[in-house]
Amino acid sequence: MPLDNVVFWVFAPLSVATAIGMIVVRNAVHAALFLVVNFFTIAVMYLLLDAPFLFAVQIVVYAGAIMVLFLFVIMLLGVDRGDAPGERLLGQRTTAVILAVAIVAELATAIRAGIGFTTRAPGGFDAVNPGGNPSALADVLFRDYFFPFEVTSILLIVAAVAAMVLALRRSKSLSQREIETHAGDDLEAYGLAAPGAPGTVGEPSR
Amino acid sequence: MIDAPRVELWAILPVLMLFGGGLIALLASGFARRAAQAPFALFTLAALAAAAASALWLWNRETTTALEGMVSIDRLAVVATLALCGIGAFGAYLGFHYFERDDFRRNEFYALLLFALGGMALLVAAADLIVVFLAVEVLSLALYVMTALTFRRGPTEAAMKYFLLGAFASAFLLYGVAMSYGASATTSVQGLARALTGVGGSQPLALVGALLLVVGLGFKVSLVPFHMWTPDVYQGAPSPVTAFMSAATKVAVFVAMVRVLDVAFGSLAWDLAPAIAVLSAGSMILGSVLAIAQRDVKRMLAYSSVAQAGFILSSFVSPEREGIAAALFYLISYSAAVVGAFGVVMLISGGIREQTGFERFRGLGRRQPVLAALLSVFLLSLAGIPPTAGFVAKVLVFGAATSAGYWPLVLIGALASVAGAFFYLRVIALMAMQEPRGVDIADPSPLPRLVLAVPAVTVVVLGIVPGVIVPLLQEAGVLTW
Amino acid sequence: MDWVGWAILVVRVAIVFFGLLISVMLYIWMERKVIADMQTRVGPLRAGPRGVLITLADGIKLFFKEGITPTAADHPVYAVAPILAMFPGFLAFCVIPFGTSVTLFGREIPFQLADLNIGILWILAMTSLSVYGVVLAGWSSGSNYPLLGAVRSSAQMISYEVGMGLALVAVLMYSGTLRMSELIAAQDTVWNVIPQFPAFVVFLIGAIAETNRPPFDLAEAESELVAGFHTEYSGIKFAMFYLGEYVSTVTVAAVAVTLFLGGWRGWWPFDGAVAWIGPLLWFVLKITAVIYVLILVRATLPRMRYDRLMNFGWKVLIPFGLVWVMITGVVVVLPQEYGNRGRYIAGAVIVGAAALATLVAPLFSHRPASEAEPGGQPEGREVRA
Repeated sequence: MPLDNVVFWVFAPLSVATAIGMIVVRNAVHAALFLVVNFFTIAVMYLLLDAPFLFAVQIVVYAGAIMVLFLFVIMLLGVDRGDAPGERLLGQRTTAVILAVAIVAELATAIRAGIGFTTRAPGGFDAVNPGGNPSALADVLFRDYFFPFEVTSILLIVAAVAAMVLALRRSKSLSQREIETHAGDDLEAYGLAAPGAPGTVGEPSR
Repeated sequence: MIDAPRVELWAILPVLMLFGGGLIALLASGFARRAAQAPFALFTLAALAAAAASALWLWNRETTTALEGMVSIDRLAVVATLALCGIGAFGAYLGFHYFERDDFRRNEFYALLLFALGGMALLVAAADLIVVFLAVEVLSLALYVMTALTFRRGPTEAAMKYFLLGAFASAFLLYGVAMSYGASATTSVQGLARALTGVGGSQPLALVGALLLVVGLGFKVSLVPFHMWTPDVYQGAPSPVTAFMSAATKVAVFVAMVRVLDVAFGSLAWDLAPAIAVLSAGSMILGSVLAIAQRDVKRMLAYSSVAQAGFILSSFVSPEREGIAAALFYLISYSAAVVGAFGVVMLISGGIREQTGFERFRGLGRRQPVLAALLSVFLLSLAGIPPTAGFVAKVLVFGAATSAGYWPLVLIGALASVAGAFFYLRVIALMAMQEPRGVDIADPSPLPRLVLAVPAVTVVVLGIVPGVIVPLLQEAGVLTW
Repeated sequence: MDWVGWAILVVRVAIVFFGLLISVMLYIWMERKVIADMQTRVGPLRAGPRGVLITLADGIKLFFKEGITPTAADHPVYAVAPILAMFPGFLAFCVIPFGTSVTLFGREIPFQLADLNIGILWILAMTSLSVYGVVLAGWSSGSNYPLLGAVRSSAQMISYEVGMGLALVAVLMYSGTLRMSELIAAQDTVWNVIPQFPAFVVFLIGAIAETNRPPFDLAEAESELVAGFHTEYSGIKFAMFYLGEYVSTVTVAAVAVTLFLGGWRGWWPFDGAVAWIGPLLWFVLKITAVIYVLILVRATLPRMRYDRLMNFGWKVLIPFGLVWVMITGVVVVLPQEYGNRGRYIAGAVIVGAAALATLVAPLFSHRPASEAEPGGQPEGREVRA
C-alpha cells in the first residue's frame, strides 16, 4: 500500500470522528477543539491531494486564526462550563436529521450521475501546476481572478467598518440630544443611560 | 513571473465611482464624526450622479466582458445601474431627512449606502459566480449595519435576524457556486453556458448548483419560503433604509438572477422552470394572504414585497428572453412605488421612534392630503390598478409567463393581485374615509413632499405611456454572448 | 523508498529532534549565565563544568516531581495543552536548512528535513498553532490567573503574528520564492538583512512576542498573574511548557538566520569530505548570535504594559509592516518594468514615502484619550458636565 493511502486511512476516520465529536459533545470548548482537529485533518487531505498551499492556508487561517478567536470568544463569554441549551425550536432536531439525510442522498445522486467535471477531465497535477503549486496558484489568483481578489478587499473594508460602527455605539459616540431622545427608553439595554443616572432624568433639554 | 492581467478599469467605472465615493465618505466621516451631514448627503448625490453618468457612457459600448471575464459590459447592466443610482439618490435624501430631523448624526450612513450601491452595481454586471457571491456579500454587510444604524432595540434585533439568516443564505449561494463549478469546471457565466449546452441528458450536479443559487439569491429578494426575515427587518429598519433596500436589493439581485438563470443555466431552463414557477406561486399567494392580516403599514408593505417578488419571478419561467424586459419594467415600477411608499411612511411615522400602526393612518386624508394622495398613488401602483405603472408591469410579466405556457401561474397571479388590491385599498380607505384620531405627528417639512412627487409622477407617467422606456428595456434585455 | 532510505529518514528526524533538545539545554544555560553577568551574579555553577548541566538537573528534578491536577481542571484538555505547546516549535524546524548536504552510502543527504515549496507558509502555519498550548492551558486550569494569561496571550499572539507575517511577506516578495533552499540561494551575494533591514526588525519584534519572551511575556507576568497560563502546572507538564518555549525561541532564531542572515552561508576553507562542517558551524554560530541578542533584550528591557503592547502591535508594527511591504513591491517591480530608469523611480518613491511618513506621523501621535484626561468626561457628554 502506498504511503499516501496509509496517511489517508489514518486521517479520514479521524476527520469523520472529530466532525461527529464536534456536534455531539456538550462542552463548547471541547466542540471547538474537535473542530480544530477536524480542520487539521482536512489540511492533511489537501496535502495528500498535492495542494500544499491550501494545506498551509487551511492551518494558518482556520486552525490558527479563526478558531483561536472562537475560543477567545467562548472563554470571554464564559459559556463553556454550562450545559448546552436544550432544544429551543420544536422539532428542530428531527428536521435537521431529515434534511441532512436528504442532502446526502441528493449529493450522492448528483455526483454519481454527473461526476464532477462533466465537460472535461481535470488536467494532471503537473500540467496545471507549472512551476509548483504556489506559483501556479499565484498565476491564477493574480491574473485570472485578480478582480474578485480586489473586490475581496472592498468586502473586508465594509466588514471592518460595519463592525466598528456597531461597536462604537456603546461608547462616547452618542450626542447629548441622542441620549435624551433615548433616556429611560431602550438604551438602558446597552448600559448607556441607566434610569436615575445623573444627567439623564429631570434635566431640562438644551 | 506571471503575465499581467488585462485591467480594463473603464468597464467598471460606475462601480469604481460608488466604491471610491464610499471610501472618501468613510474617511471623511472618520475625521468628522460630529460634523453636519448636509455635505455628506450632497457628496453622496454627486457620487451617484458620477456613477450614473459613467454608466450612460457605457451604453453604446460593444457587449463584451472585461477584467478577465469577470464583469460584463452590456445594456442590462447599464439600465440596472441607472435604476440603482436613482434609488440610491432617494435613499440618501430620505436618510438625510430622517437623521437630520432627530439630530441623529450617523455620517457612516452615506459611506455604507455607497458601499451597498457599489456592491449592487457590481452584482448587476457580474459575469462570474465568484463576483456574484462577493457582490452579494458586500451589499448584504452594508445593509445589515444600515438596518441597525439607529441602535434602538427594534432595529438592532432586526439587523441581528437579517445577519444570521443572511449568513445562512450566503452559505447556500456559495454551495451553489461550488456545485456549478463541479459540473462545469468553471465559474464564469459564459463558461457555464458553453459547458452546459450541447451536453446530452440531464445534469443533476448543474441542476443542484442552479437551485442552490436560486435559494441564495431568493433569500435576498425574499421569495417564499426564504422570506422569514422580511417582515421583521422591513419593520425594524429605519424607514429610509427600508425604502432603499426593498427597492435596490430587488433590482440588483433579480438582474443577477437573469444572468444566472437565463445565461449560465439557460440550457437547463426547461428543467428549472417548474421550480421557479412553484417559488413564484408560493410567494404570490403567501405574500398576499399574510399581508391581509397585518395591522402595521411597514409590515404590510413587507409582505406585499414578498408577493411582488413572486410576480417578478413569474416572468422568469419564460425560457425565451422576452421575459427580461418585462422583469426590468416591473422592477423599475415597483422600485418607484415602494421607495415612495416607505418615504411617505417615514414622514408620517414621526421621528426615530417610528409608529407605523394602522391607527396612524386613520383619516390622514383630512390632515395631510398631500401625503395621503402620494401614498395612494404608490399603493395603487403596487396593487396594479390602471393607470399606474404597476398595471402595465403586471400585464407584461403575465404576458411573458403566458407565452411560456404557464397559464396556471398567471391565474394564481391574477387571484393574488385581487387579494392584494384588498389590503392596499383598505389603507387608502382608512386614510380617506375615517375620522382622524390622536395627535398629528406627521412631518410638516415641504421639501420631502416635493422629492416624493418624483416617484409618484414616474409611476403615473410609466402607467400612461409605458412606451417611453419599454423599447430601451427591450434593447437591454437582449443578451448576446 | 527502500529500507536504507527509511532508516536515513528516521535518523535525520532523530538528529533534528535531539539536536534541538540539546541546543535548548545549552541555550537555557547560556541565558542564565548571560543574565547573571548582566546582574553581576555568577549564575549556575554546580552541575557540570561552569554549571552547563544545570538544565539537565532541572529537567530531572521536574521529571520526578509530583504532577498536580487541580480539581476544577478540565482533565483531557489540561493534559493535552503542554504537548500542544511543545510541538509547533519542533515542526516548524522541519523546513529549516541547517547546512548543505553530506554524501553517505552513495546518497546525498540534505541537512534539512523537508524542502517544501511552501516553506515560509509552513513556518507561519506552525507558529500560528503555538497559541493553542497557551490558550488551552489557561482555560483548562479552571483558575482565574491562568485564564487571564491565556486571554492576554491569545490576543497578543494573534496581533503580532500579523506583523511577523508582513515581515515574511516582504522577504518572500524580495526573494521571489517560498522555498527555503531557494531563499538561501537568493542570498548568495548579499544577505537579506541589509536590503530588508526594516523587515528584520519587525520580524524580530514579532518573534519575541510570538514566543512570549520578555519584554512581551504578558501571558505569564509574575507581578500580575502569578505565573500566567501555567500557574497550575507542575512536574513534567510544566517542563514541557518550558521546553516548548525554548524550542520556539531556537526555531524563530533559526528562521531569522535563514530568512535574513544568509542561513548556513559563511566562509569555510576546506573542501571535500569535510565541506559540510563549515555551513553547519556557521548556522549554529548565527543562531547563537541571534539568541544572544534576544537574551540581551530580555535582560535590558522592562515588561511592557498590556494596553501599550496591543497599541504598539496594531498601531505601529502592522502599519509599518504594511508600508514596508508596499515599498518592497515598488522596489521589486519598477526595475522589472522600466529597467534602469525604474531604479531611479524606485529610489525617488522610497525617499518620497519616507518624507511623507515623517510629515504625516506627527498627526497621529496624539496621546490616547485615557492618558490625556484620567477620569475625564468622555467626548460627547461634555455638555452635561
